[in-house]
Amino acid sequence: MNPLRRFLGTPEAVAGAIILIALFAMALTAPLIFPGDPQAIAGPALLPPFQDWLLPLGTDRLGRDVTAELFHGARTSLAVGLAAAAAALVIGAVVGTLAGFAGGLVDEVLMRVTDAFQTVPSFLLALAFVSIVGPSLGVVVAAIALGAWTGPARVARAEVLSIRERDFVASARVIGMHPLEIAFREVLPNALPPVLALSSVIVAAAILTEAALSFLGLGDPNRVTWGGMIAEGRAVLRTAPFLSIVPGIALVLTVLGVYLAGEGVVETTAVRRSLS
Amino acid sequence: MSSPLLAVSELTKRYRRGGQTIAAVDGISFHIEPAETLALAGPSGSGKSTIARLLLRLIEPDAGHIEFEGGDFLSLNGAALRARRARLQMVFQDPLAAFNPRATVARVLGDPLRVHGIASRRERPRRIAALLERVGLSADLATRAIHEISGGQRQRIAIARAIATKPSLVVLDEAVSALDVSVRGQILQLLLDLQREERIAYLFISHDLGVISAIAHRIAILDAGRIAESGDARAVIDAPQSAIGKALVAATPKLTRTSMHDAS
Repeated sequence: MNPLRRFLGTPEAVAGAIILIALFAMALTAPLIFPGDPQAIAGPALLPPFQDWLLPLGTDRLGRDVTAELFHGARTSLAVGLAAAAAALVIGAVVGTLAGFAGGLVDEVLMRVTDAFQTVPSFLLALAFVSIVGPSLGVVVAAIALGAWTGPARVARAEVLSIRERDFVASARVIGMHPLEIAFREVLPNALPPVLALSSVIVAAAILTEAALSFLGLGDPNRVTWGGMIAEGRAVLRTAPFLSIVPGIALVLTVLGVYLAGEGVVETTAVRRSLS
Repeated sequence: MSSPLLAVSELTKRYRRGGQTIAAVDGISFHIEPAETLALAGPSGSGKSTIARLLLRLIEPDAGHIEFEGGDFLSLNGAALRARRARLQMVFQDPLAAFNPRATVARVLGDPLRVHGIASRRERPRRIAALLERVGLSADLATRAIHEISGGQRQRIAIARAIATKPSLVVLDEAVSALDVSVRGQILQLLLDLQREERIAYLFISHDLGVISAIAHRIAILDAGRIAESGDARAVIDAPQSAIGKALVAATPKLTRTSMHDAS
């Protein structure tokens, strides 16, 4: 059976995919539906949701359109989540491959560095990094990746350790291929599937970390973020709880969608591999 | 004739297992002349494959010398070793495991040409097609993935890859053992043709004396990491002197129905 059909036959995977597609649609159409600055004042302050159809989700303390903020926030969340996860996977795969393939002292040094990063709570690491370097989108991405690459590195190393004993690696050496080329062209691509299986968890965690950083006021100040919106709403939590609840629901749905769709992809490809 | 193509002397490889030291290869010496086939025979665990891996420098010996084409092969390192590998190639037992599962035929054959700078990017497709024809395959196979072709075709590709760099010696580690009997004969014939035309020497590792008698000039029978007896292939197989040689000959199935019935 073809993998796409199996994917579509799994209800939770389809639910995840639908959420993700809606999210991407929000992110892509945000500048078209809500052109201009989402942080500009659009109406009276603290308008509750579903009162004015031009401002369906109401306005915040300063009279900014919550719907526009939500759409633009999706852009930040997705961009940071995907970029940080991609960076973490690349760093992790490279470090893990080098450690596993080289062995000996290189392995020892790289894995102790990995240990060091893993023992520091990743959120504290991100917090410290952003406070020192200063909040901007690139720094936030780097800060999150800094705490997330250790998982992929360990998985990649374990996989490389078993692959490097296989005959095709020996035959690449017999041909006279350079060890670095063997590591990255012969071994790494074959070690990737279990590493990529981590990506949904990492993307979801990265989105949450970004939100948490923004909540603490360490996000990029020039961008709307869901975490920032929740923090904004906190001051009026008793009189206008929707200001925190709306972006909170968006956050939960996003993480859930990423996770479900990612698990769906892993499941369908895993079944396919075990069948072949 | 001055020195042989390959001269191995006192080659030793020991493994430590639970405080005990086991010699997988224990002071083995042999030599191979150009365009000659030396067979290494022996039961499982006699050190055949370890010798192959030692010769190819896939593992390092504990003692001994390997002289290849008049130079000390064990003293080579890094780029010098990689360059020298062009002359000493290997064909593995399992033709599926010996290739990157993601590779295509063209990539498998293109790699040695690229690594040793034999063919430029532009002339590589032509050289790959020539190699495929050399081992009796269609040039159209180049675009196929390794897992899409049959076991016999795969072993031909492995041979094509081994001869791509014009080696003087090819180590064949149980190269026909995993193949169908009908395919086996064709591959042996291909190896004989290549040897005659390109003057390639083979170190042919096998446990199958029938196959060995078809291809080898000389034979060395291994037992527990040592050479039990060696000599002309026909003479040794017809009248083995060592106990292990007799056991191997006795274990070779004969094509006579009566003896099968007698045994049962």
